[in-house]
Amino acid sequence: MIEYILGHINYWFIIAVMMVGLYTLISRANLIKKLAGLAIFQTAVILFYVSLGKVTGGTVPIVDEAYTLYSNPLPQVLMLTAIVVGVATTALGFALVIRIKEAYNTIEEDAIFTLDQKDHE
Amino acid sequence: MNEQLTILLVVVPLMIAPITALFKSHTISWILTAIVSFTSLILSFIILFDVIDGSHVIYELGGWRPPWGIEYKIDSLNAFIALIVSAIACLSTIFAWQSVPKEINENNYGLFYAALQLCLLGLLGIALTGDIFNLFVFLEISSLSSYALISMGRSRKALTAAFSYLILGTIGATFFLIGVGFLYAASGSLNIADIATRFSTFADMQLVMTGFIFILLGLGLKAAIFPMHSWLPNAYGHAPSVVSIFLSATATKVSIYVLIRVLFDLYPVAYWQALLLPQILLVLGCVGVIYGSFRAWQQVELKRLLAFSSVAQIGYIIIGISLLNNDGITASVMHLFNHALIKATLFMGAGIILYRTNTTKLSELRGFGGSMPWTFAAIVLAGLSLIGVPGTVGFVTKWYLLSGAIAQGKWIVVVAILAGSVLAIAYVWKIVEAMYFNSKRKMVIQNVKSGDINLAKAPISLSLALWIGAAGCLYFGLYTELPYQSAQSIATALLSSEVAQ
Repeated sequence: MIEYILGHINYWFIIAVMMVGLYTLISRANLIKKLAGLAIFQTAVILFYVSLGKVTGGTVPIVDEAYTLYSNPLPQVLMLTAIVVGVATTALGFALVIRIKEAYNTIEEDAIFTLDQKDHE
Repeated sequence: MNEQLTILLVVVPLMIAPITALFKSHTISWILTAIVSFTSLILSFIILFDVIDGSHVIYELGGWRPPWGIEYKIDSLNAFIALIVSAIACLSTIFAWQSVPKEINENNYGLFYAALQLCLLGLLGIALTGDIFNLFVFLEISSLSSYALISMGRSRKALTAAFSYLILGTIGATFFLIGVGFLYAASGSLNIADIATRFSTFADMQLVMTGFIFILLGLGLKAAIFPMHSWLPNAYGHAPSVVSIFLSATATKVSIYVLIRVLFDLYPVAYWQALLLPQILLVLGCVGVIYGSFRAWQQVELKRLLAFSSVAQIGYIIIGISLLNNDGITASVMHLFNHALIKATLFMGAGIILYRTNTTKLSELRGFGGSMPWTFAAIVLAGLSLIGVPGTVGFVTKWYLLSGAIAQGKWIVVVAILAGSVLAIAYVWKIVEAMYFNSKRKMVIQNVKSGDINLAKAPISLSLALWIGAAGCLYFGLYTELPYQSAQSIATALLSSEVAQ
């Protein structure tokens, strides 16, 4: 059992990071903190992919007669794209928060909700 | 030669969108958008006629052979979805000519149209690609631009709606990405066809099932399947008219297309039948139909009413998929087309009302039907299609859906479909009652400059787009060959691919 946990230690850490991100996202009313949670959540997925590609004892993926065992480079390449997507999402999120701050003069979700309710009446 | 056309569908908007963003003039950016959307429509038509007999068009990006390179493998389902997306894009473009100058800040015309083209690019890309990671990238391109588009709505609620869509949409996409990661860990491939052919060699791994559940949850969020629909009514209710038309008709449909691909092509049907997924989806679909219709009936604002009705219509599509017989899947695929047409028409109607009266609250529109008879006639026509009155497109789908459900002996589903239709009558009647039968009320006119003649008549481009949509609802209800043949060939292909495995 101990061996199983230690053998997959990177995945346990990744799950922990992921849960921190999701919990922040769900529990915070502050929109900036929500976005921070979202970014942490996405980072966990990036870590997950990168550690998928690791081969124990493998080197960097280079073409050389001397090395036959090397780590899988593909997940890392995929994650370059995912990082770009993540940056774009966060940037768009921040831009929206700025606009929300201008329109409502607050970035607390519950305050915005009360203001919307007032509009409704 | 036609292989090269497939990539043009993605490349043309990708090249023109940045150019569009440079212009401030509405005319130039509109013309560029019109070029993009009509080119896409023509290309999709050519490709669809190539593959409707069940053949494939294959394009390898950069000349890399699959499974290493990205491959676009077009069968009739891909081409059909691409056709729906580009046809709706054309309608929205026609509608945009007079609607956008009124609803969007004049400094943002170029950016608005660029975002619209990027959204079109993302949706077309999803419809064409045969590589599951490439699909994720296109999913995010379309989603990111749709968040930006929604936030350009007039009320400040559009901002919060866009923000909550951003949060939920990103969670959905990230879940999808985790699922793809698990699947990649098990299979070592990202090519959908390659994973499917080698599926039995790794089917027993726990990873595969975990990945499957993540992918399903992610797509469920993106497609707004019943318990995960909370972002949809606000987003579509507050977006600018053009965006509501375009997204309500295409964005969720394309996500459902991905779901169909995952369920029928990526994973073998027997695999998820063992997980009781058809039953779960069937229940979610039925509850979604009744809940969505009921909430639609409760709404007092036209665009929100239509948005909730979308939740119900997605329920019908899910029911069709989970019936797992030829009639059910034919109905689902046809409803992707039919509902896109119906909902685009209804949102165009709502857009015209908004253009002329600056309001879409039903209580403020009382007795206004006499003042714009043609617009309301089109809305009623599309409303009747939504209910499923014979002679309209909605009837065709419901007919096949019902015969699929009866063939399986699932009477509860039959009851749910009929109950949904009754509720649809109730909410469509609510619109009709407000427009025609309530006593006329003095209009409260807001934000209208003096000398503005908007109220006097519906602008020509808006009416043109609306009536193309309404005529489509009627035409495809009477002459069902094109959607029916495509849907039939798609359903056969989906079900036979499962037998082959």
